[in-house]
Amino acid sequence: MSDEIQSLSAVAAVAAIADGGLSREEIFAHYRSRAGADELNAFTWVAEQAPAQIEGPLGGVPVAVKDLFCTEGIPSQAGSKILAGYRPPYTATAVANLEAAGAPLLGKTNQDEFAMGSSNENSAYGPVLNPWDKTRVPGGSSGGSAAAVAGGLAPWALGTDTGGSIRQPASLCGVVGLKPTYGAVSRYGMIAFASSLDSAGPLTRDVSDAALFYRHLVGKDSADATSVAFPESIEIPTAERLDGITLAVPTALVDGDGVEPGVRASFEASLETARQLGATVTSCEIPSAAHALSAYYVIAPAEASSNLSRFDGVRYGLRRDESNLDAMYTETRHDGFGDEVKRRILIGTYALSSGYYDAYYGRAQRVRTVVAKELAEVFAGADFIVTPTSPTVAFGLGARTADPLSMYLSDLFTIPMSLAGTPAISIPSGLSEGLPVGLQICGPAFSENRILSAAYALEQAIGFNGSAAWGAKR
Amino acid sequence: MIDRDELLHVARLARLALHEDELDSTAAELSTILEHVAAIKELDLDDVEPTAHIGDVSDSLRDDSVATSLPVEVALAPAPAVRDDGFLVPSPQGE
Amino acid sequence: MTEVDLEPVIGLEIHVQLRTATKMFCGCALGFGEPPNTRTCPVCLGLPGALPVANAEAIHYGLMIGMALESTLASVSTFHRKNYFYPDLPKGYQISQFDLPLCSGGRLGEVNIHRVHLEEDAAKLNHAGASGRIEGADSSIVDFNRGGTPLAEIVTEPELRSAEQAGEWLRLLRTTLRTLGVSDVNMEEGSLRCDANISLRPVGSEQLGTKTELKNMNSFRFIERGIRAEVERQRALIEAGESVTQETLHFDPKSESITSLRSKEEAHDYRYFPEPDLPPIVITEAMLERAKAALPELPQAREQRYIEHLSLSPESARLFAWRAELAEYFDSVCASAESLKPQIAANWVTELQGRLGDQEAEDSKVSPAALSQLASLVEASTITQGSAKQILDELVANGGEPSEIVAAQGLEAVGGADELAPIVAAALEANPELTARLREGDMKPIGVIIGEVMKETRGRADGKEVTALVREQLGLS
Ligand SMILES: [Zn+2]
Repeated sequence: MSDEIQSLSAVAAVAAIADGGLSREEIFAHYRSRAGADELNAFTWVAEQAPAQIEGPLGGVPVAVKDLFCTEGIPSQAGSKILAGYRPPYTATAVANLEAAGAPLLGKTNQDEFAMGSSNENSAYGPVLNPWDKTRVPGGSSGGSAAAVAGGLAPWALGTDTGGSIRQPASLCGVVGLKPTYGAVSRYGMIAFASSLDSAGPLTRDVSDAALFYRHLVGKDSADATSVAFPESIEIPTAERLDGITLAVPTALVDGDGVEPGVRASFEASLETARQLGATVTSCEIPSAAHALSAYYVIAPAEASSNLSRFDGVRYGLRRDESNLDAMYTETRHDGFGDEVKRRILIGTYALSSGYYDAYYGRAQRVRTVVAKELAEVFAGADFIVTPTSPTVAFGLGARTADPLSMYLSDLFTIPMSLAGTPAISIPSGLSEGLPVGLQICGPAFSENRILSAAYALEQAIGFNGSAAWGAKR
Repeated sequence: MIDRDELLHVARLARLALHEDELDSTAAELSTILEHVAAIKELDLDDVEPTAHIGDVSDSLRDDSVATSLPVEVALAPAPAVRDDGFLVPSPQGE
Repeated sequence: MTEVDLEPVIGLEIHVQLRTATKMFCGCALGFGEPPNTRTCPVCLGLPGALPVANAEAIHYGLMIGMALESTLASVSTFHRKNYFYPDLPKGYQISQFDLPLCSGGRLGEVNIHRVHLEEDAAKLNHAGASGRIEGADSSIVDFNRGGTPLAEIVTEPELRSAEQAGEWLRLLRTTLRTLGVSDVNMEEGSLRCDANISLRPVGSEQLGTKTELKNMNSFRFIERGIRAEVERQRALIEAGESVTQETLHFDPKSESITSLRSKEEAHDYRYFPEPDLPPIVITEAMLERAKAALPELPQAREQRYIEHLSLSPESARLFAWRAELAEYFDSVCASAESLKPQIAANWVTELQGRLGDQEAEDSKVSPAALSQLASLVEASTITQGSAKQILDELVANGGEPSEIVAAQGLEAVGGADELAPIVAAALEANPELTARLREGDMKPIGVIIGEVMKETRGRADGKEVTALVREQLGLS
């Protein structure tokens, strides 16, 4: 029975529960037990039991939630020591939406502190291990969510993406990750990293699961002034062909030095598969893509420096040195934040400070305008932009921690869409040296249904099998 | 690119203590990052409008209707120090 | 040292708490003296993950203020974050406005308005003394009930030239806001707070001197006294050849002394940037129409109406129109005796206010009905002007009904030839020398005769009537 449950996708599990072949209790107990035996450090908290009343179209299939989301009465620590043991008095809208749709909380997943990182090594609660190879990182910042799904510890998971934090770990762990159109999913109760970029989305075993999950995630929230109603309902994709679809490849970017040969090979193979499914593959330009990375590493830290000011030792969280107010502020924040968070607070404060605002923050916002315009121009002539999600497969633990900048470069392909607020999905495109490679498919704002549809067609043709990671030991 | 004095000024604005043994390494790391991102300083962006918000939201205001507030004990529960139903802090200097 | 005439240059920054039902960015009801921290939520406590949503009614009030001050209203207005750390600021930034305020420019009375913007109020920090919990350290307790209350910040151009003018103008502003119904405008309770920027410059100079900022004066009297004290302090510095330092100051009304508010003056760098959580607010035609429809009669219109329709003197009209409470009291006096001429009523209200000092007429023991009755008694010649003033003193001190006081103290006017003629005759008889001068047409001694008659009647006689009787009895035409 256990292997049977494990083999079901979330969509299949929902169907099995509806048929009566599987009970809510059974599926919860199965994943509760697997999450409880977590050897990946993917979870920071696991539920004892499902809440009594869970009804709805998601059938009781439990969900793992990134610790960045506030959950009432349940530790919500955002990977940070400054929030150690913090239990919020309210639940994030995204989590509440999933619960209302019938997905009970399985557990909270580990992450890079305040979502700042691309390897999950910036967590105060220890690094997460990649289920494909436990000497490697799962990617970040939603590394716990990605590893939990890839390792078969959760049927599906909620993550967040600011510059690639859903897509890149999805790629490195061989799962599907969808970063929504900015505003489509409420940010209320999601601990802010960079407010104008943050978005919440699913990490799932396959594209259909992502579609079902996403259907219940979207919606206008009166508690989030930047949220918008999704203009249509999210459909479960069925397309098997890509006839009439044009895929645009930003050639200069993809041919860059940092892309590993194995990743390039997998990407080329995916393009060939797309052609066989009837798609046209063209080349396009995103001239400012390299500047997009720089702009991102100004805008995100700038907003973060302000968003993290509330961690001051006054109302919640860690407090150090009460000898005077200044000491309390500065020592609380010194001890409570990790190195990467402190780096970004300092960069962001610098970029906003008098005399530097125009040169850094002001210019970065203009670069953002340019990037959005360049993407819109590509979408005027093509349905999607496709790239590898990450230039590399999962790297070794500790391999990049000494060099923050090399870590930042992991986000080269994911950042332009974050700046433009447009949706993108990462699906597994194959393996390179036994490790997953991700394919990124990006479309214009609110094109999620079309993206999911194309991703589904490619997924079926590629036939990636992720179950190899469920019990992998290496 | 960023020297110790500038770093200390920025850290002061951010209310972030930097201990003596952290100063040089932090300044070096920040300089590397700033040098990289400084590339945007060379772009000609004079005719480009800045983007602060992505997307158009027309119904972003809230009706003036009262919602339930938190019970005081819930509000104070996570506080590191409490007295007389308030959050206890060291007094600001000069007050 | 050459004597140069120095003139004060004063600008005001006024923070007004708006009287909405809920806070600026969350649904918590506004706090009015509730137990601490009972009006909070994740948003106004700055909990992780909470997001602000702007209160439409606060925007509406802001537009009404802008219209009343003849400001240019923004078509798109944005919020910014003003970043600094303080225990009363839960997010580490205040959501305020920066380069696109709701209202720009404008004018009220003879003062130009620089801008009006919306922001959120800080929480309340109560000093707690040395604490057991925080060893040896002086401590404070934060109450977030007030935190997040909507504020309109109104900034004038530096066009005021004296403490008195500043005080008078502030009363007009207060009356305007009170009339709009957008705020309680109560200085003691902090719903109206005023900071003043003060500098001195040689008369005729266009250049502004170094200014100081006088913070948070919480009554009209303190504002006038504080500004006066700061002007004098700066004048003394300049005349002694010293320079004024740009700093933030606190006026202590008890000692009348001015102290620097920050012991170590730290350069502020608020790192303003657009609030990413709040999309720009588009001011629609419908919003403008609604604000326009909500505008009541404003002080300057009221002043005009008093002059044109009630024939009040310009002085009376302005006095009342600029002080809403006084105008309301005046309206009540008029309403309780329709036959009373408005200017007569106005004179008595002014007479009353002169006796009350800082107290408002409506808070005194003199009801509008009592005052109108008093005025009517004078008009009907039942009592004399002099008696009426005595009765007013009595009313101010103890309250009561003027007619009862008249009856109890026998203050009915002594009138008519039958009653008054013998008294006048006796007074003339008792002063033969003065009577002779009067007979020769020298009217100077008449005052002494009137005085005698008043003494005899305990002030109940009418001076004009006495004069007429003297003339009659001495055969003067
Ligand atoms: Zn609130």
